[in-house]
Amino acid sequence: MSLVDETSTPAAKRRLGLWTTLLSLLAASVLFSLGIGRFGVSVSNVVSILLGNVLPLEPTWQPVEERVVELIRMPRILIAGLAGAGLAVAGAALQGVFRNPLVGPQIIGVSSGAAFGGAFAILVSESQVLLIGFAFGFGMLAMLVVYGISRQQGRASILMLVLAGIVTSAFFSALVSITKFVADPDDKLPAIVFWLMGSFASASYDKALLIGLPVALGSLVVYLMRFQINVLSLGDEEAQSLGLKVERTRWIVLIAVALISAAVVAAAGIVGWVGLVIPHFARMLTGPDHKVLIPAAALIGAIYLIHVDNVARASIAAEIPVGIITALLGAPVFAYLLRRAANKGWSSE
Amino acid sequence: MIRVENAAFRFREDWVFRGVNFTLERGQTAAILGPNGRGKTTLLKSIVGLLKLAEGRVETHGRIGYVAQKNDMSFSYRVLDIVVMGRAAHVGMFRTPGIEDYQIARLTLDRLGIGGFADRIYTQLSGGERQLVMIARALASECEILILDEPTSALDFSNQALILGILGRIVSEDGLTVLMTTHVPQHAQHLADTVLLMHGPERQDWGLAHEMLTEARLEALYGVPVKALEVENHGRTETALVPLFS
Repeated sequence: MSLVDETSTPAAKRRLGLWTTLLSLLAASVLFSLGIGRFGVSVSNVVSILLGNVLPLEPTWQPVEERVVELIRMPRILIAGLAGAGLAVAGAALQGVFRNPLVGPQIIGVSSGAAFGGAFAILVSESQVLLIGFAFGFGMLAMLVVYGISRQQGRASILMLVLAGIVTSAFFSALVSITKFVADPDDKLPAIVFWLMGSFASASYDKALLIGLPVALGSLVVYLMRFQINVLSLGDEEAQSLGLKVERTRWIVLIAVALISAAVVAAAGIVGWVGLVIPHFARMLTGPDHKVLIPAAALIGAIYLIHVDNVARASIAAEIPVGIITALLGAPVFAYLLRRAANKGWSSE
Repeated sequence: MIRVENAAFRFREDWVFRGVNFTLERGQTAAILGPNGRGKTTLLKSIVGLLKLAEGRVETHGRIGYVAQKNDMSFSYRVLDIVVMGRAAHVGMFRTPGIEDYQIARLTLDRLGIGGFADRIYTQLSGGERQLVMIARALASECEILILDEPTSALDFSNQALILGILGRIVSEDGLTVLMTTHVPQHAQHLADTVLLMHGPERQDWGLAHEMLTEARLEALYGVPVKALEVENHGRTETALVPLFS
């Protein structure tokens, strides 16, 4: 409803341009990515193949091209896009809730907890649902631990958050190591190791659905809570004095974030840094209002991870684990943001 | 209306204050004065409901708008977005502010003479401008009680005059009940009907402003001599409360 009030402002016109640009970029990214790979398909053939699904087109493409585009690349791009969007939404929500532009699912412990949950699930079962369930449960648990350690007098400082995150991640990494140590070296161990490095290689439409549902549900909850996240980002005392139910609001958002992160971890392993860097970048474009920030972060996150996955699968003959690339890109950016934030005084908040 | 009965607050083993009693009637303005560390902010937060008293009780009638002392912000929100957050109590969970909420936010900004600030970035405003935005946010909640923690601290004379003027005008227009802390007796003198002097953990004086804001009481409160001088101001005789520093 607030859109009505806003449409006349220059900010709203700028925003329309932003949505148009981001959506076009996403569409272009998908078409481009469907074509590239070790088996190249031209963009015009990609478009024809896609249109062929709905229009009675005379095939100008080879059947193998259609299989590559629709059965191999499409689900993979879908999962990469969903994972990128989900992680970015989760990060944007966390940064608002912790009133700190420098947190993400990884800093806050969700990823390390989910990694252990997932590794343990692989060890004891073959079930994908159990994998998501365990990743969610332990991701949530790790987040609670970090939150509990870092919270002092109702606020969590960035320093305490980062330190608590390190401590908690170290603990869960040890648990992951134990899991690897006891795993069958011929069968379970490689599965755990490759899963942990993060990859979209084993993509299928079933898997896309498995990650899509929790990501969509969690993101919807976060988006519905956009105004409450705004208020919460003022700090607990101010939010409470304005009449917000602080604890309940925060829990709803945190559970949604854990759900998204766990689904992504379950489907693609540890894809780090996206949830930290992308919302930060999106905020530079949109400003801090979560009404605009959350959808913008989702789109940028999807575009980003689709292209990172392109590099992972198409740059060299072998498949590079996607988590390695996001870490190589993300860690230096985080270091830069941390330096800049320290100068601005976020460290004291 | 605010009624405080036997309020006490403890920090570890030490009482910050004990046995605080007063009733502030509807439409009245009260100021709290006292040296740093006597629990002025703690008392305000207890009344707002942000802190729990160790003893005693607080009774309030009507929605409370609270303007905290610190007004920095982690994110650089637009002023209108900040003021509309004052509507949080009227917006349900999973909901966002509607057209009406934005209208109220804009009207409130206009009322305080800062309608032009709507699209400006809060973190780029000056201290006085920020304080106005914070007051606008509290008023946008359609509060009946306004509680302000040192609303004029860190402001220059012209901004102090601006804030005091706006508070005075709003109180008379809306019939708000106002409770504020201040370190400037002159501000209490200007606005308050009643004054609470917080001398120490066990001693507080509550009474009409002209009975509380005397040379003897203020000197006892701060340990600094204070002169009450009769001065002419636009044809009226007013009392200027001047601290004498040695």
